Amino acid sequence: MSDELDFEGPASYVGRSVSRPNARRLAEGRGQYVDDVVLPRMLHLAFVRSPYAHARILRIDTSRAAAMPGVRRVATGADIAQICKPYVGVLTHLAGMRSPPQHPLAMEVARWQGEPVVAVAADTRAEAEDACEAVEVEWQELPAALDAERALEPGAAVIHPELGDNLCFRRVLDSGGVDEAFAQAAVVVEDTLHFGRHTGVTLEPRSIIADYNPADESLTAYHSGQSPHMMQAILASRLGLDEHRVRIVCRDVGGSFGIKIHVYGDEMAACALSIMLRRPVKFIADRYESFLSDIHARDHRVRARLAAGRDGRVLALEIDDLTGVGPYSMFPRSSAVECNQVLNLTGGPYRHQQYRATGAVVFQNKNPMSQYRAVGHPIATAVGEHMIDRAAEAIGLDPAEMRRRNLIADDAYPCQSSAGMRFEALSHHACLDKLLALMDYPRLRAEQSALRAQGVYRGIGLASFIEVTNPSPMFYGVGGARIAAQDGCTMRLDASGAIIAATGITEQGQGTETIVAQIAATALGVQMSCVKVLTGDTDKVPYGGGTWASRAAGIGGEAVLQAGLALKKNILQVGARILKTDAAALDIVDGRVVKRGTDHGITLTELARIVYYRGNELPSDFQPELVVTRHYRVKDYPFVFTNGAQGCLVEVDPETGLLRVLKMWCVDDCGRVINPKLVEEQIRGGIVQGLGGALTEHCRYDERGQLLSCTLADYLVPMAGEMPDIQVAHIQTPTRTSLLGAKGAGEAGTGGAPAAVLGAVNDALRPLGARVTSLPITPDVVLAALGKI
Amino acid sequence: MNDAQEALDIELEVNGERVRRRVEARRSLADFLRLDLGLTGTHLGCEHGACGACTVRVDGAIVRGCLMLAAQADGARVQTIEGLSDAGAISDLQNAFVLHNALQCGYCTPAMLIAAQALLEANPEPTREQIRAFLSGNYCRCTGYQSIVDAVASVAAYRKSSAGPR
Repeated sequence: MSDELDFEGPASYVGRSVSRPNARRLAEGRGQYVDDVVLPRMLHLAFVRSPYAHARILRIDTSRAAAMPGVRRVATGADIAQICKPYVGVLTHLAGMRSPPQHPLAMEVARWQGEPVVAVAADTRAEAEDACEAVEVEWQELPAALDAERALEPGAAVIHPELGDNLCFRRVLDSGGVDEAFAQAAVVVEDTLHFGRHTGVTLEPRSIIADYNPADESLTAYHSGQSPHMMQAILASRLGLDEHRVRIVCRDVGGSFGIKIHVYGDEMAACALSIMLRRPVKFIADRYESFLSDIHARDHRVRARLAAGRDGRVLALEIDDLTGVGPYSMFPRSSAVECNQVLNLTGGPYRHQQYRATGAVVFQNKNPMSQYRAVGHPIATAVGEHMIDRAAEAIGLDPAEMRRRNLIADDAYPCQSSAGMRFEALSHHACLDKLLALMDYPRLRAEQSALRAQGVYRGIGLASFIEVTNPSPMFYGVGGARIAAQDGCTMRLDASGAIIAATGITEQGQGTETIVAQIAATALGVQMSCVKVLTGDTDKVPYGGGTWASRAAGIGGEAVLQAGLALKKNILQVGARILKTDAAALDIVDGRVVKRGTDHGITLTELARIVYYRGNELPSDFQPELVVTRHYRVKDYPFVFTNGAQGCLVEVDPETGLLRVLKMWCVDDCGRVINPKLVEEQIRGGIVQGLGGALTEHCRYDERGQLLSCTLADYLVPMAGEMPDIQVAHIQTPTRTSLLGAKGAGEAGTGGAPAAVLGAVNDALRPLGARVTSLPITPDVVLAALGKI
Repeated sequence: MNDAQEALDIELEVNGERVRRRVEARRSLADFLRLDLGLTGTHLGCEHGACGACTVRVDGAIVRGCLMLAAQADGARVQTIEGLSDAGAISDLQNAFVLHNALQCGYCTPAMLIAAQALLEANPEPTREQIRAFLSGNYCRCTGYQSIVDAVASVAAYRKSSAGPR
C-alpha cells in the first residue's frame, strides 16, 4: 500500500497547515483540566513543607490540626509509607549511578526547602491550608550542602551518610588522542561557563485527583501528565495494586514541558490518602509549591577547551561538566540524563575526531533537578557554540565561516560524531545557508558596524545544533525503567462511517490530536473531519510512552500511519466483495471506495452500514475486520537526530546592562513536516522558553538554601512585550527509519536559543573587551563582565 | 471562626444571570466563579496577580479574579469566557486564535482573549508593539506570543474593514 502514499498530492493532509480541531473548545473556556473535575465526596490536600534546606524532624504533633473544621486526616511520612513503597531514581545503564530510596513525604530528615512533610486532607483546600498552620513540627537544622562545586569537597555536609559522599553519577568519554591534538594545535581557547537553575512554570500547576474504589480495588487517577502508562505502572507497583486496575486519565493538560513526566511525593501521597480514606482526593499545587517542588532544570558548571588549526579546523574539544541535582535523583527517569546528554551532544554538529568529556552529577540540598524541555541540549549547544565563537575570534574568522569549515558535510551521512552519536542524515550546511539568507547576514553585519560608530552595541549570534528525537528503547527501557519506547494506534471504521483513532501519545497543546487526524485521513483517503482521536486514557488507548523527548510525531505518528494503511487494506477487501472486483482495483478517495480511475463505488458510510447491520449481503466465508492496531518503535538507531540553525540579533546597553532581543531566526530540519504551522509554533514557543532560561528565569537560593524566587514577581517568565518576532523556516530530510519520515521538533527551539543569544551578547560586547560566560544573562552579569560592578 | 471565614451574602450578575450566594469573606472572585458557579473557564495560574490567567470582566473592566474578593463583586456585573463565548461577543477573536494557532495548551487562552478584547475596545488599531505591551499582563508559556500578536492584529484589521456593527 505504501507505494500509493502521496504526501505531496492534493489529497494529503500531511504537509498542510490545518488548524487544530480541539483548539476551539479551549478558546471557549470549555477545556477540562484536572482542577475542573469534581467528584462526589472528594477531599482536598495541602502540605506542610520543610522550611529548611536540611533538617532533622524531631517531633510532629498533628493533634491540633486534626481537630480543625473540615479536616479528615493528617498524615505524616510514616503514615504514607504504610501504603506507598519508596522509589529509587536510578537507571542501570548509567553505570555506577546511585540514589537512596525516596519516600513521598520526608521521614526522619528533610533534605530540601519545600520537601513535603505532612499531608492534610480536608473538605476544602482552604480548610486543609488552615490546618497546615496548626501542625507543629520541631526541627533541628543540619548543615546543608548547597554549592555543587563544593559538594564533593572533604568536609562538605554529606546528604546521605550511607553513600559516603555526595556523588550521584560520574562518566568519562574519551576518543583517545585529545592530548596529542591539543599539543599540535595552533590555537587553544578555554573558558568556564555557568548555567543557573530555572524551571518549567506550566501555567496549569501539577494536578492530580486520586479516586480509589475499595469495592473493586481499583484506582483512577485524573492526572496532568505526559506519560499515562508510565504513571499506571508506577502507581500500581508503589501502591501494591494490580496494574490493570489502575487507570490514568489525562484530559486537557495546561503545559508540561517535561515538568510532568516525573514522580512527585505530594502526588503519590494523594494516591495513598485516597486508599487510606476510601474516597477521592485532589491535590493541585499552588504557584509557591510549584517553585519549591516542580523539578528545576540545568544548574551546570562546564569547563571547556578547544584546539584548532590556523585554518580554523577544530582538532579537539574537551569539556568537564558538573551539575547539582538536589538531594535525590528523580524517579523514574533519574537526574543524570541531562549530564549524560551534555557529554553526548557537545560539539555534535562538527567533524573534529578528538573529544574528551567528563561529567559529575552531585547531590545538594536544593529542590531536585531533572529532565526539562530539551534535556542537556541548551548546555551542550551553548558550550559548543561558545567555543566555536571563541576560536573564530582567536583565528580572525567570521563566525559563519568558522562553522562552514567545521560542520559535518551534508553528504557525509550516515556517520558518527566524536562522542559516538550515530547520525542517519543531517543538513547542517543547508540549514546554515538558509539561515544566513533569511537573516540577510551581510546586511546585518554592515548595519552592526554602522551602528557601533554611533555608540549602539548590537550583536549577532549563530547556533548550529543537533537534537535527540524519536528515542528507541536505549533511552529508558534499557536502564530498567518501565517507560515504553514503542507506541501504538488502534483505528476503527465505526458504523456511521467515522474513523476513530486511539493513540498512546498524548496532547498537551502541541497538536498531537491534529497530526494524528491528518495522518489517519491521509492514509485512509478520508476527510479529516471524519476522524476522531482518543488520547490520554490507559483504559482506552494502546500501550505507549506518551509525549516527551520529541517522540510523539515520529513514533506515535508512524504507528498511526501503519494502522491507517492496514485499516484501508481491510476496508478495500470489504469493498471488493461489495463491488465484486479485486481489492487491488480499488482505492479510497474522499471517503468513498471507488474503482481506480472511475467514480464508481460506495461511501464508507454505506460500506460500514452493510458490515455492521446487513452482514447478510456479504459472502458467508468472509468476515470483515474494521478494527486494526499497529505499533512502532525505532529499531535502526538509538535516536533519530535532527538538526538546525538559529540566529539572534540583540542590542546591549553597556550603561545599564539591559539587553533586548530584536529578532530571532530558526531553520529546523525535523524530517517530513506534518503540519508546518504547528512545527513553527513549537519552534517559536521553544525559543521563547530557551530565551527565558538564558536571560531572565532564575531559581535563586540564599546561603541557607532558601529559594528566593518563589513568586512570578520574583521569577521572570518572558512576557509578550519583551520577546521578538521569530522567523522560522524548514529544511526537510525525512528519516528512512519510518515510512512517515517525521522526526521531532518540540525541543529544537529551547535547545538552540541560549547558544544563539549568548553568542549575540558576546558579539555585542566584543568591541568593549567584555565577555559573559554565565546564564541567565541578567543586567548584573553584563555589568560585571564590563567591570562596572 | 476568624474574620476571613465569616460568611457574607452577595448578589450579582454573572454572564447575564442573577446570582445570590453566601460566601466566606476570604473567597476570591476566581474561586467563587470556579467553585460556587462551576465556571471553570476562568483559570488560576499564580493566585498573586502576576500571570493573568484568571482575568474576567467586572462592570466592563478587566480584573484579576484572584486579587478581587467575591464579596467585592456584590452588585457588580461579571463576564467570564463562558458568557462572552455564548454571546458571540469575541467570536472573531476566537476564530483568529484558532486560525493562527495562537493557543497551545489553552490554559492562558480565555484570559488572553478577554484582555485582547479590552485592548481592541480601547484601541481599535493597535501596533504590534502596543499589542505586545498590553498583553504583557497575561503569560503564555507555550506559544512564544507571536501567533497571539498575529491573531489580535488580524482581528483589528478585520474589524476595521467590516464597517458597522459586528
